[in-house]
Amino acid sequence: MSAERFIDFVYDEAWMLDQGRFAEWIELWEPDAVYWMPLNWNQQDPINETSLLYEDNFMLRLRVERLQGARTFSQKPKSRCHHVLNRPRVEELREDGAKIVTQCHYVETRLDEQMLLALTIRHDLKVVDGQIRIAGKRVDILNCDAAFGNIQLLP
Amino acid sequence: MEEQTLRDTVNRVIRPEQVHRDVYTSAEIFRLEMKHLFPNCWVYVGHESQTAKPGDYITAQIGDQPLLQVRHTDGEIKVLYNRCPHKGTKIVIDKAGNTGKFFRCPYHAWSFKTDGCLLAIPLKKGYEGTGLEGTEAAKGLAPVGAWHNYRGFIFARLAKDGIGFEEFFGEALSSLDNMVDRSPVGRLTVVGAPLRYMHRCNWKMLVENQTDTCHPMVAHESSAGTAVKIWETMEKPADAPKPPAMEIIAPFMSPYEFFENMGIRTWPNGHGHTGVHHSIHSDYSAVPGYYDAMVEAYGEERAQAILGENRHNTVYFPNIMIKGPIQQLRNFIPLGPDKTLVESWIFRLEGAPDELVARTAMYNRMINAPTSMVGHDDLEMYERAQEGLMADGLEWVNIQRLYEEGEDFSEEAVLNGTTERQMRNQFDAWKRFMIGGAA
Repeated sequence: MSAERFIDFVYDEAWMLDQGRFAEWIELWEPDAVYWMPLNWNQQDPINETSLLYEDNFMLRLRVERLQGARTFSQKPKSRCHHVLNRPRVEELREDGAKIVTQCHYVETRLDEQMLLALTIRHDLKVVDGQIRIAGKRVDILNCDAAFGNIQLLP
Repeated sequence: MEEQTLRDTVNRVIRPEQVHRDVYTSAEIFRLEMKHLFPNCWVYVGHESQTAKPGDYITAQIGDQPLLQVRHTDGEIKVLYNRCPHKGTKIVIDKAGNTGKFFRCPYHAWSFKTDGCLLAIPLKKGYEGTGLEGTEAAKGLAPVGAWHNYRGFIFARLAKDGIGFEEFFGEALSSLDNMVDRSPVGRLTVVGAPLRYMHRCNWKMLVENQTDTCHPMVAHESSAGTAVKIWETMEKPADAPKPPAMEIIAPFMSPYEFFENMGIRTWPNGHGHTGVHHSIHSDYSAVPGYYDAMVEAYGEERAQAILGENRHNTVYFPNIMIKGPIQQLRNFIPLGPDKTLVESWIFRLEGAPDELVARTAMYNRMINAPTSMVGHDDLEMYERAQEGLMADGLEWVNIQRLYEEGEDFSEEAVLNGTTERQMRNQFDAWKRFMIGGAA
């Protein structure tokens, strides 16, 4: 599969999140894939020290389902998000997958508050039955060690 | 005069079963807390494993006071004000580091031994005959009033005089003991960086929430309730093991009866804990090899007694909470009447399997992170309360659940797990330590 197809996938995924199409988004994931957001700059170990997120399919489904819940008080009213991506860099290209790294500015807003995060996103992508799927995603926040208020959507 | 005004202020805002909203919203009360309450109490500074070697230091704070904890050349830990006695510059500003044999102020190069004593001043002849030796500047970095290392946990009292460490905590230390005893070698080590979560609310709301057992099934229905629902409707074999997320989050949905029966214990001076008989941590699956290591270290009977304690949240007044069964400490750091920084730390049980650290780290990120689905709803409630409290006409906050007239907080008590007695206990201590800690 061409590099452009993988690059387009990364843009499309961000577009899906910005449109709030979370139910479709969760279907992009391989069942055993994990979404990791480290707490420390250059953190190596996601398991034996604290991370911001390290979520398997069950947790991601819970997260997405919760966003739509009738008693999800922190989402009444709902948040919105916005990703501005630098052109994704293809770090590794194989017939059946690719590793992509993307710089991104992420904005999340709710009520009168708006927050800006600078992100480095690493996608591990895999081709399954002709479709590109997410086999893993790591999101590093530039100021990961700063004190944040709520980050409620998916950077 | 000042003291009478302070007494009047404190008496005006605290009633046995309700507190005035000013304790959460008033800048003046916050100023008084920084000036009186925090200096009079024993407050958590840091863990000894953060300053393991001579010259290791961390920056910390008690109330609004900048401090540093440092391991002196002789191996002892010191707690000093983080302020150059010359012009006021903070001596160190990174979270942790090693300063070698001495601190050197980056402004004018005054240097200090790691116990704070003045070591050298460049061009010292400029002070000859000026009487510098009689000033506080010549004494070096000032120590706080007192500090104590309790099984690795460093607490300090800013005030020179006041209540002793043992008297302040008393039997409440049994929760810290239990957390440390869960290590087969009786030693904990801080693991990784803490979660840092900013809350636009008063610090006391967070402390009160630690023993608020009537909110989980309501505020956390969206996370815990949804987790249970997804699990029940998932296609899976009948004996499929619960995912770890279920083990940690689902117990938040336990019914009122569960929380009533788990019990609350209060100790004098504002300390207390939930989970006397059982808790949301009781049914975690066993980690292979751990029980055997504990029996080897303590013998069967003692090992069972240690692991049989499943205390939920222990509040150490004024502003930390620990969870013994999952080796966690949360520090509720006051930054303003409506601003609190929450740091959530985790510990490794030395001599125990790594799986325990993995579970602790998982709990921390699932429940206490700024990205946590559980944390989101808690913060939402605190911030709504902080704003709602500005409503005039209703000026009191109710803490009356299972209130009994004439409650005596100088006695330890074990009660129904949904009582708000621990909140009343905290305000009883608040009132006393605001005016010096006298009974």
